Amino acid sequence: MTDATAPATTRHGSLIATDPRTRRRNAAEARFRLYGLVALGIGIAALVILLTSVLANGVGAFRQTTLLIDIHLDAAVLDKAGNRDPEAMKKVTTLGYGKLLDKALAETIAARGIAVEGLSDKEIGGMISKEAPAQIRDRVLANPDLVGQTVTLKVLANGRIDGYLKGRVTMASAERDSNVSPNQLRLADALAAEGLLVKAFNWGFITGPDASELRPEAAGLGVAIIGSAYMMIIVLVLSLPIGVAASIYLEEFAPKNRWTDLIEVNISNLAAVPSIVFGILGLAIFINFAGLPQSAPIVGGLVLTLMTLPRIIIPTRAALGAVPPSIREAALGVGASKMQTIFHHVLPLAMPGILTGMIIGLAQALGETAPLLLIGMVAFVRDFPGAPPEGFFDPASALPVQVYNWTQRADPAFAERASGAIVVLLVFLLAMNAVAILLRNRFERRW
Amino acid sequence: MSLAALFLTVLAIAAGGYILGRRRALARAGGDRRQLHSLIGYYGQTVALFAAVPALLLLGVWLFLQPVVIEGRISPMIQPADIPEGASLGLVMGDVRRVASGIDGLIASGEMSAEELADLPPDGGEIGARLGAAGVALGAEVKPGVYAAALAYRALSQSSRMAMTVAVIAFSLAGLILSLMRVTPEFRARNAFERFVLVLLIAASLVAVLTTIGIIASLLFESINFFRLYPAKDFFFSLTWNPQFRGGSDLGIWPLLWGTLYVSFVALLFAVPVGLMIAIYLSEYASKRLRTVAKPAIEILAGIPTIVYGLFALITVGPLLRDYFAQPLGLGTSSASVMTAGLVMAIMLIPFVSSLSDDIINAVPQSLRDGSYAIGATQSETVRQVILPAALPGIVGAILLAASRAIGETMIVVMGAGAAAKLDLNPFEAMTTITVKIVSQLTGDTEFASPETLVAFALGMMLFVFTLGLNVIALVVVRKYREQYE
Repeated sequence: MTDATAPATTRHGSLIATDPRTRRRNAAEARFRLYGLVALGIGIAALVILLTSVLANGVGAFRQTTLLIDIHLDAAVLDKAGNRDPEAMKKVTTLGYGKLLDKALAETIAARGIAVEGLSDKEIGGMISKEAPAQIRDRVLANPDLVGQTVTLKVLANGRIDGYLKGRVTMASAERDSNVSPNQLRLADALAAEGLLVKAFNWGFITGPDASELRPEAAGLGVAIIGSAYMMIIVLVLSLPIGVAASIYLEEFAPKNRWTDLIEVNISNLAAVPSIVFGILGLAIFINFAGLPQSAPIVGGLVLTLMTLPRIIIPTRAALGAVPPSIREAALGVGASKMQTIFHHVLPLAMPGILTGMIIGLAQALGETAPLLLIGMVAFVRDFPGAPPEGFFDPASALPVQVYNWTQRADPAFAERASGAIVVLLVFLLAMNAVAILLRNRFERRW
Repeated sequence: MSLAALFLTVLAIAAGGYILGRRRALARAGGDRRQLHSLIGYYGQTVALFAAVPALLLLGVWLFLQPVVIEGRISPMIQPADIPEGASLGLVMGDVRRVASGIDGLIASGEMSAEELADLPPDGGEIGARLGAAGVALGAEVKPGVYAAALAYRALSQSSRMAMTVAVIAFSLAGLILSLMRVTPEFRARNAFERFVLVLLIAASLVAVLTTIGIIASLLFESINFFRLYPAKDFFFSLTWNPQFRGGSDLGIWPLLWGTLYVSFVALLFAVPVGLMIAIYLSEYASKRLRTVAKPAIEILAGIPTIVYGLFALITVGPLLRDYFAQPLGLGTSSASVMTAGLVMAIMLIPFVSSLSDDIINAVPQSLRDGSYAIGATQSETVRQVILPAALPGIVGAILLAASRAIGETMIVVMGAGAAAKLDLNPFEAMTTITVKIVSQLTGDTEFASPETLVAFALGMMLFVFTLGLNVIALVVVRKYREQYE
């Protein structure tokens, strides 16, 4: 018999006081947990900082400074013939309107008794956006009866003045800036105190076209939104039927052989090809080979379609595969052909899942920038494209490309515009994803 | 006839075919549906399909090939004398197209009549002035040869358009009549219809294959053109990147490759530990409530377009790093830097790494965990010594996929990394990547004859090969790992 009474080891502590090794191990456990929590915190903090930074920078773009000016639309200047014929009045260029505006602002300032020392006429004129004369001209040409009347007009203020009210431009920076003088800022203060310089919601930012380098205050997203909308229409119209048809074939009909395998590997690889490569494809095939016009939504739509297809096929196949075999067997059992089974029974049941995948694919396509840069969507486009289908061939911009475009410009006011455009883009994406989630929650069936 | 009108005409013929097909089937069966082989709708649908699909296919092919064919016929008309100094045939052909479409525009807006056009002198000066007045931008003044070519181009494309309209409508009607003639009560309309639909389904699934072929073909052809103009040895081994628009450029890939790999490395350096720890925490530690909130929040990051990250790098992260790190440490004064792009790209990659690793960690069988706990291991010891080794191949696959994403990412580096091509170790210096140079070489007016433009295709080829290679390796690794447990 062996003596088992002697303790095998002396290294056992009490249950109440932990020994150093256990303490070490528990500390390591706590540390590891903390690392995980910190990593999670970093992830969430990155999301919060990213969104707040863009929102904080962009929210200013939605409010724009305007000047209220009492202007006498002098018939002697605007309509020399005196017959209010718009054709004849077109001869007066924006230069003529600009002079009227400058004079009207100077008179308004004098009438309100605002005096800023050392203020020159040129500085007064510089308060007004260079875009304003064109806007008034359009307004007068649309309504010739305005000529000869004195009206109170809201005109865009210069981008620097707008920046001053938003805190982007300060007295100190104005000293160094050749585009704005401290006198103008003092005048802006005085005008704001009189209620003549006001900030209002900036509809022009959402509906108006882009403006040139020197007129950030007039730059808008209208053309870009329409261009993006056209491209989304093309992507939807092409990729929904093609994607669903391809998924049906691969999921339901394709025999398991090497050829099908090739197609499947192909699709999963295409989903991972960098988006810029699709831009090269578009440039080489659609523009260079097929001779489609540059900057046109049709080319962008086609490129985005090819890019979105694999991303749609994957969830669509999953949705089709999720429909249980019992449904198919029941349909086949009552004499439906395979095609009838799929189109009459499987497809309708898979539709919510397919639409969800489709919307998410569209949302990705909407935010895609790189391929569009290569097919010439960066061009400066001020004219709205025509109505579809001819409009698909007109030059247009796209929301994400417009953002990129604005970041390449020197005036810091465009950085604010770019962030504002991102806010618009994110609102669209949020809406699309919300619809996708709603669809999924409302119609998705668990089998 | 405009495209939309032609398209609608074909659809109208198809709709007519549907009605005619039904009627004829019913008439041939003596008004008794039960005599028909298939449901009556199938007869109409078959006729409609045969009327519409071949005609629309013809329309598509014709539209795609028309410019190629016409250009092939026109370009011999351009004499070497018509090509200005420093320009190429492609540029002149662009002018020919613009003159032709400009003339169309003049006639369409009523500024010029067809008779007036015929009376214009053939030297092209007059038409150039008229087009200039109408706001058509031309590369050079219109030479007689270019003008003649433009007129021929216009005539050819008009007659081609005419021929296309006639051919498409004829094709559609022929399809209608031929399929209508086959309609008898014995005709197996459902089978014919289903075969036709199956062919359409197969065609749709081939679009993906065609896309790949298109990508490879366009990259390959233009790359070959590039290597004809520029020695491949210099491209692959030169250490300088210095494109010049007057020729004599150095187009070595190494500075770009270095920038690409450096930015990707910095991004992965931050993204992999953070993403992996998030995945471990969420799958092993987090309460159910935290998981339902945190997981979608992290995944929102994956749904944000890259342009947003690019803007974030440009206006927030770049200046921040410059003012608080680079300048105080004396490391650089540029807000665009490898660090800026790398950090922001890391944020983009975090959800990618974490959701892939999450799937893989969850796929490790519970029995492994239970066994480890049973012999007294703590949770973190189990993770480090049991779960991670078991999940390692999958995690390596996830990291490779993330690396492929990082290498192919464009907007973040365009806006965050800068444009200076150099070989440097300082992460606060601006460097550039392959994708940035593809964008900068192909944006704006592209002229497909200079090596400075064509190099973008060679770069694209490299990018495609790299990312494809990484994806394939990753898929192989992941697939091999899956087989272990399933």
